[in-house]
Amino acid sequence: MDLSFSKEEQAFQDEVQAFLATALPADIAARVASGQGATRDDMERWHGILHTKGWLGGTWPTKHGGAGWGPIQLHIFEEESALANAPRILPFGLKMLAPVLMEFGSPEQQAEYLPRILDGRDWWCQGYSEPGAGSDLASLKTRADRATDGHADGHADGGPDGGAGSDGDEYGDHYIVNGQKTWTTLGQYANRIFCLVRTRFDGKPQAGISFLLIDLDTPGIEMRPIRLIEGGYEVNEVFFTDVRVPVSNLVGDENEGWSIAKFLLGHERTNIAGTGFSVQALEQVKALARQVKRGGKPLIQNPLFAARLAQTEAELEAMKITNLRMLSKAATGGQLGGEPSMLKIKGTVIRQSLNDLARRALGPAAAPFPSEDLDNLAIAPPGHGHNAAGYFNNRKISIYGGSNEIQRNILAKGMLRR
Amino acid sequence: MNFEITDDRRMLAETLQRFLADTYPFEHRTAVAYDAPFHDPAKWAELADLGIFYALVTEEQGGMGGRGFDIVTLFEELGRALCPEPILGQLLAASLLNAPEPLMDGTRYALAVSELDAPYDPDDITTTADERDGWRLTGRKTVVYGAPAAEVLLVAAKGPDQVLSLFRVAAKDAEIIGYAMIDGGPAGEVFLEDTPAKLVTKDAGPALQNALDLGALALCAEALGAMEVVQATLIDYLSTRKQFGQPIGAFQVLQHRTIDLAIEIEQARSIVILAASAEGGSEFPKRAAQAKHLVGKIARQVSEEVIQMHGGIGLTWEYPLSHYAKRLVMIDHQLGDTDHHLERLMDGL
Repeated sequence: MDLSFSKEEQAFQDEVQAFLATALPADIAARVASGQGATRDDMERWHGILHTKGWLGGTWPTKHGGAGWGPIQLHIFEEESALANAPRILPFGLKMLAPVLMEFGSPEQQAEYLPRILDGRDWWCQGYSEPGAGSDLASLKTRADRATDGHADGHADGGPDGGAGSDGDEYGDHYIVNGQKTWTTLGQYANRIFCLVRTRFDGKPQAGISFLLIDLDTPGIEMRPIRLIEGGYEVNEVFFTDVRVPVSNLVGDENEGWSIAKFLLGHERTNIAGTGFSVQALEQVKALARQVKRGGKPLIQNPLFAARLAQTEAELEAMKITNLRMLSKAATGGQLGGEPSMLKIKGTVIRQSLNDLARRALGPAAAPFPSEDLDNLAIAPPGHGHNAAGYFNNRKISIYGGSNEIQRNILAKGMLRR
Repeated sequence: MNFEITDDRRMLAETLQRFLADTYPFEHRTAVAYDAPFHDPAKWAELADLGIFYALVTEEQGGMGGRGFDIVTLFEELGRALCPEPILGQLLAASLLNAPEPLMDGTRYALAVSELDAPYDPDDITTTADERDGWRLTGRKTVVYGAPAAEVLLVAAKGPDQVLSLFRVAAKDAEIIGYAMIDGGPAGEVFLEDTPAKLVTKDAGPALQNALDLGALALCAEALGAMEVVQATLIDYLSTRKQFGQPIGAFQVLQHRTIDLAIEIEQARSIVILAASAEGGSEFPKRAAQAKHLVGKIARQVSEEVIQMHGGIGLTWEYPLSHYAKRLVMIDHQLGDTDHHLERLMDGL
């Protein structure tokens, strides 16, 4: 047994650290460290810097302009990035759509979209969830009906099944999309959206779903912001009314969208534990607990708070090893089973515990609604004015991307049923 | 044995409940709680007209309440409506004043104790009081609940002999920077620099601790009212939200978690009743600490679980539940958190 990285991996780690030390702009790192979060401009600048370095598509194959990293290199990059307070790479284009296009997309789609993802011309967002289809994603209702100009086949003269598309014939050169998507993260900055839409209405719900690329400038699309618990805007509702989408924007086969969604679910889940974020958060809480006082002494000397901190640290150390065990398995070509689901559950719970400690450590100073006007009052130590907001906002991480309840269902299905 | 509240208190609860339901709907609450002055002065005046503040003051002091169960009855209703009016400041002042008439008529008070390095324990404060040309106070008080709305501040400060005393300061004589709390409602920073003050009580440590314990009891009752609302909201959601072809409340894992919360909420109610019944007796500090310790823990658990079981909708500003959930967590940041009160209990073992 050897828990350390190989010589080559250590050399890569040194290279990443050296790069981050010089290339990551200090103002961006400060905003990430404070929990205030990277702005749109920060994210675009950081993507640009990584693109120039050739690391933006880290795990992309070199033929598509990537760096061809394996799981361990990706892990090193992501962990070091988190420790340096770099913005996380936005996953929607780079880590979600791109692998789908590489696996299922036509050569034309790959040639058109992959370069635009890398150089930042396209900002993609995700259209999966609907008001009535959250955990039960397959029940989604946003529909795409094949049509030729003048009429929509799905309504006017569809087949006996009453819907378009079970026979695969040429029966229209575009889709008409109607419906509503929700929880679309950073959709306000995006120019394109990839959607799961219903193209068949009979049979199993999973069997009638297609994967469609939609230009957000198309008439009939409305994006409305959703304000979140702590007051911020990062998710949106997207409404589609008679939106015309060329059939050439279909990825993979019609009605095969569910396989694509499942492929994506199993793809690049190695950073799902977010250990880098947790290690960074733990260091910040420790530093904070040395600064603030209880009973005239630094909080870190308070036995109750110190116990909470030490317990969380032990949990985190165990999870780092669980994470490395999974990575090692993936790197040597092993088939992953329930590990990503386990890491998602434990990883989110640990991150949320650290958010809880960061809020708790402040005492009354956690109470003010974050505002730049208050910064010079230094009610909380510098960089900690968003601790309560961050705690509330991060309740999302155990809900999104398949809630922890859904992850447990996946695990139980694998472990308990024969 | 009788766990019924008295008719007088029931009437108070019903009056307040009706007033808040009729005139303080949730949209109004959200509209006022996050923008200056972070509450609704007109509604405050109506609450004064209703005689609500008389319920904070004992009969010996000329009021009509002020006992443990008066406080619990009142604050449970405020919690149910998630009312942002800074009535807690009024309660904290009530037991400390020799002549509380203006308070009962609606003059707004805030109690300034916490400091940056003394968040919860009054013994740690460093604000000083000097007697020259009357009393003068110097220091900074932090996150003073109700400060931007207050007309009168009661300030804890240490005299030349290091004795903790209580002073009265006209709000206009202090520099106050107000802001909304993350869960809504007014708080502020109070800067004192040779600020003129009047002595209210010398050697005020025990009186101050009693006021803080009454405040802790009030916050526990507020949490209880809020928890009952979120519990009802959760149960309603579980029975109406459908996924996988059935109400999500049909899933056993959610049923069990809902029941676990129900058990905890009953525990919270019981410790609040115990603390309220101890008010005025020698056991009250211990009971108040037990209540604030348990309720702090339970309220956070309830908040996190109702959000998780709702999913994304529970994290939206538009859905009232999210504001209740914030309040339930942030109550632990007022007047001592669950660990602070646990330490008091450990010291008393």
